[in-house]
Amino acid sequence: MATPGTLTLEAGGRIVATGDWTLNSAAALEKRVDDVKRRASGASIDASGVSRLDTAGAELLLSLAGDAKDGITGLDAGRRALVDAVAKALETAVPKPVERPSGLVALLARTGRAVEAIWHDAVALTGFIGLMLETIARTLPNPRRWRVTSLFFHIEQTGLDAVPIVALLSFLVGAVVAFLGATVLRDFGASVFTVELVGYSFLREFGVLLTAILIAGRSGSAFTAQIGSMKAREEIDAIRTLGLNPVEVLVLPRTLALLISMPLLTFIAMVAGIVGGALVCMFALDISAGMFLQRFHDTAQTRHFWVGMSKAPIFAFLIAAIGCLEGFKVSGSAESVGEHTTSSVVQSIFVVIVIDALAAIFYMQLDI
Amino acid sequence: MTGQREVIIEVRGLRNQFGAQVVHDNLDLDVYKGEILGVVGGSGSGKSVLLRSIIGLNRPAAGSVKIFGEDVLHLSEADRSKLEQRFGVLFQNGALFSSLTVAENVMVPLREHHDVPLDLMQKLAALKIALAGLPAEAGAKYPSELSGGMVKRAALSRSLALDPDILFLDEPTAGLDPIGAAAFDQLILTLRESLGLTVFLITHDLDTLYTICDRVAVISQKRVLVCDTLDKVEKFNDTWVQEYFQGPRGRAAEHAAEHAAAMSSGG
Repeated sequence: MATPGTLTLEAGGRIVATGDWTLNSAAALEKRVDDVKRRASGASIDASGVSRLDTAGAELLLSLAGDAKDGITGLDAGRRALVDAVAKALETAVPKPVERPSGLVALLARTGRAVEAIWHDAVALTGFIGLMLETIARTLPNPRRWRVTSLFFHIEQTGLDAVPIVALLSFLVGAVVAFLGATVLRDFGASVFTVELVGYSFLREFGVLLTAILIAGRSGSAFTAQIGSMKAREEIDAIRTLGLNPVEVLVLPRTLALLISMPLLTFIAMVAGIVGGALVCMFALDISAGMFLQRFHDTAQTRHFWVGMSKAPIFAFLIAAIGCLEGFKVSGSAESVGEHTTSSVVQSIFVVIVIDALAAIFYMQLDI
Repeated sequence: MTGQREVIIEVRGLRNQFGAQVVHDNLDLDVYKGEILGVVGGSGSGKSVLLRSIIGLNRPAAGSVKIFGEDVLHLSEADRSKLEQRFGVLFQNGALFSSLTVAENVMVPLREHHDVPLDLMQKLAALKIALAGLPAEAGAKYPSELSGGMVKRAALSRSLALDPDILFLDEPTAGLDPIGAAAFDQLILTLRESLGLTVFLITHDLDTLYTICDRVAVISQKRVLVCDTLDKVEKFNDTWVQEYFQGPRGRAAEHAAEHAAAMSSGG
């Protein structure tokens, strides 16, 4: 049935359109229209041979007729109505060309916007931390306003449920560190120092760092998604209008839960990492478990443990703050929830590593 | 409206159930070419499920759905896609792609199904946006920047992108203010006249029913209870139908429609 639309310019200056003037043949017809228009503008158009007509075809006919849409003849009432409707719509549909700045300007503008966004994020985070501290200070002396159920729910979610993954990953990293140490130290005949390497690195750095990164990816993102979808569904506004404080209701239980579970998880990560190292020592270096423990006991100092532990609550607080704040920044759509969840994870991991590096320098200067 | 009318959608013996809950049982419905059919029913009576069954988003447990005489439940993938290009669907909340501008939303079906050069595609998108009654600037905006009424119009312009034969509208005027809703009703009437559309319209809006619908189908008791012109449906002997049309809102809408008709014939 489908016959491609055609357009012919007859000798007498009459333009004849036939066939299907539909979207399917629009691409071919457009070229013909431009061609015919250049050669014979303002001529009358006979459209009685058109078998099918849709809005795309009507648009082309009108473009061919130019301003004189009465020059189109051979339309029945239905098609006339279609052409009129399209003509009327075209009056308002003047597509404005969007001005795009040149490449270099656009690059500079984007860079500027990105830097400005970082600055705004930093200001917003500082403000939010202040708000959290203020709310904590007002809520803590008032036990009736503690949300104990919510707190325990979040401890379970962020702490207990994270134990297997934190333990497994630390165990594996511990084993890898021991392998690396063993390979390098064997050349010096000092492979027994692997014990110190594993102990030192996990107590001071890896235990807490691995836990923080996992929690940022696991719980920080969950906080953003939970609060963000509540924001998108106006639940946060509902909380406000009920006379409640969203920071107190949503942020405090999550923050306190992380503050409690993070040190516990860090401890588990330290133990798992050292066990992983010990296992590698046993099988690859012929250092028995007993020897490992003996040497570990002789060399490891409690201060290393406390250096690592001291960072856990700081990381926990920052991850919770960033996770919740990004949740509050969500606006409207579900897409925005995804965007801010990503941003929350990236920011928390970034902040955790920066703070960890600063802490390393700080403790080194203090000689701890 | 007399004589042999061409049936464009034919639903026979449709049965839908979710678990033990039966939504439709032995439901029959005909939609004629060029008409605006309003579908009403209480909340949870399965209006949207019926729409989803017709457009193929929901596979019924039993029964047949024929569109343009083709059994949609037993079509090959390619034939289905061809058939689907003849539908335009306006979802309840617009369902615009939020990562694309309005114009890009309209261009999606053009881009996917037709080999049209970009500048023509942009012209056509602008045309569809204007047909839906939006200002030209709206094309460059993202769905999140639009008001509720504009979202509906933008979604309508996307559903018109491929010049469909049938337009499915799921509560098009829900959430619009009365002026916006009335304007939307008029827009659908105009589009029906100029583009020769058949419209399948789910609505709760009594004003819409009285102003633009040629026939009304009432879904109740798991089937189409009655499907006829409004004055016949109004007189149908059923408690729910009587409450629906003879309740205070139904009467008000009827008076308003009569008033408007008198005004237009008088002036």
